[in-house]
Amino acid sequence: MIMVHNTLLKRRLESLKKNWYKFSKNPVSVLGLFFVLAVSFVAIFAPYISPYPMHAGRYVNFVEASETPSLKHLCGTDVFGRDILSRIFFGFRYSLMMGAVVLSLVVVPGVVLGLVAGYYRGTWIDTVIMRVTDVFLAVPPLILALAICSVLTPSVFHAMMAVSLMWWPWYTRLVYGLSSSLRNEFFVQAAEVTGASRSHILFREILPNCVSSIFTKMSLDMGWVILIGSSLSFVGLGAQPPTPDLGTMVADGAKYLPDQWWIAIFPALAIMITVLGFNLIGDGFRDLFALEDI
Amino acid sequence: MSTLKFLGKRLALSIFVLFGLSLLIFTIARVLPGDPVRMALGSRAPQWAVDNMREQMHLNDPLYAQYYYWLSGALHGDLGQSLFTRRAVSTDVKEFLPATLELAIFAGIIMAVFGVLLGAVSGRYSNTWIDNSVRIFSYIGIVTPSFVFAILFMLLFGYVLNVLPTVGRLSPWIHRPPVITGMVSLDALLSGNFAALGDAIRHMILPAVSLALGGMAQEARITRSTISDNLRKDYIASAKGFGVPERLVVLKYLLKPSLIPTVSIFGLDFASLLANAFLVELIFNWPGFSRYGINAMLNKDLNAVSAVVMILGVVFIVVNILVDLLVAWLDPRIRLGAERGK
Repeated sequence: MIMVHNTLLKRRLESLKKNWYKFSKNPVSVLGLFFVLAVSFVAIFAPYISPYPMHAGRYVNFVEASETPSLKHLCGTDVFGRDILSRIFFGFRYSLMMGAVVLSLVVVPGVVLGLVAGYYRGTWIDTVIMRVTDVFLAVPPLILALAICSVLTPSVFHAMMAVSLMWWPWYTRLVYGLSSSLRNEFFVQAAEVTGASRSHILFREILPNCVSSIFTKMSLDMGWVILIGSSLSFVGLGAQPPTPDLGTMVADGAKYLPDQWWIAIFPALAIMITVLGFNLIGDGFRDLFALEDI
Repeated sequence: MSTLKFLGKRLALSIFVLFGLSLLIFTIARVLPGDPVRMALGSRAPQWAVDNMREQMHLNDPLYAQYYYWLSGALHGDLGQSLFTRRAVSTDVKEFLPATLELAIFAGIIMAVFGVLLGAVSGRYSNTWIDNSVRIFSYIGIVTPSFVFAILFMLLFGYVLNVLPTVGRLSPWIHRPPVITGMVSLDALLSGNFAALGDAIRHMILPAVSLALGGMAQEARITRSTISDNLRKDYIASAKGFGVPERLVVLKYLLKPSLIPTVSIFGLDFASLLANAFLVELIFNWPGFSRYGINAMLNKDLNAVSAVVMILGVVFIVVNILVDLLVAWLDPRIRLGAERGK
């Protein structure tokens, strides 16, 4: 028994190694990985590595207000005299948290619904699940998230909930397509014939064959969710000042364009680098697993 | 016949989706904590005025009755009163929707034309410097939020170069064309006012390009990958072998089938375009439906928010049906499959 387990583990490790080799041969994917790791590192250790950690929150120093980028303040200071680089470092925390929380909330229900609907394709279960999904997909997620946020008191937490509520149907639709075609494969029919339980078929036979697609979509979605989160903050329906959220910082800085360009431009670049990192990784996965329709 | 059948099926499904959407929006609008009437009238309004208005809006009735009033009103074109502009929401919609449609259509055309053009060129010359620069451009387009584009363009073209207008739909000194469709550029064209037409288009360029760039990048990427795949197919080699001129091969045999995936994602791209219009219209102060919508959301104007989301739902359904019809026209497999009654 242990022997079998060991060889299985060994084989998994080997395939992981092989995949990593293929992934790392593409310099663009590695660049994406570098961006994501760098952003995550900065976010986690923000209190220790940002030059002025106390500038992240409510802090005012009008003597140093609106300073151009210099060695003392690499990205300049905002109108309250807060160091923008420090605020960006803390801003990464909110962006990553937005992506991580939303995805961890939506992937499981979205995938399970998709699996079930696809497996029971053509029955009333399929109809109910997929028609509800259609309704949620009828309007872009940003608009419905805006509508939900507008009826709640704006906060980071509510923004996350609103986006999550709108995001699960994308996973349902993705997995539905995969699951409804996989159910006709021989290995699924073989499992049915040998009397495997429904949950075994769904989660042990069909699900493992969807994992690469789900994974790829997740890394691309990290970028999209961060974009949507920053859009919500930009209009004032997400994070509220003095929270150092990147979208909020761009919105605040936009008021002082064109003279004090650094207040808006650096946070905007920070959003772009984060989203770019996840996109490049997602593309790397897509090439690696030879997926086309994500 | 099969197209009609297909259309009928899609319409039936659309009605169902709209019904579901109305339930969803109603649920969102009524979970509002706090009193929308109090918010609209202000904290100084006397209690009897608030009570009157609550009664008027049926807010004291049970939820299913409220839903019934709302839906039957909406079906008759009565979307309630905006708590913020104090006018009928339908009046506001008539005033603001054309401006957004005008902008979105203009942006959609830019997105489709340049997306396909860039993708086709980079697919035809794949792995050259042209292809690589298009790829870098695509990444920038995809990862940049449209509100960042809007701000950058405003800064660059509005202030630094000062070549394009950044606010509104028409310059104040231009004679405004009569309102026919509500879309200024179209009205100007219809009434032969070419000065206004030029000015209206100049006003649209910056917001439209900010909206179009994200989708343009997506379309360019998809078109590139299908074109470079199809270029290697045998039928292209044989067409070339028969001595069919290169231009004809590219335009007739390569481009048409390669456009199928591009057209299919156009619906999604157009959706995100209209969603981003909520931010871009705010930045460029474009007096459109999305700016109306976002102001309604910021002011917790229930009736207006519901109407905005509902109407956008209708717009998307129409766009998606058009996209499906276009795909069916491009892709004989779908058309013939439909005829076999599949």
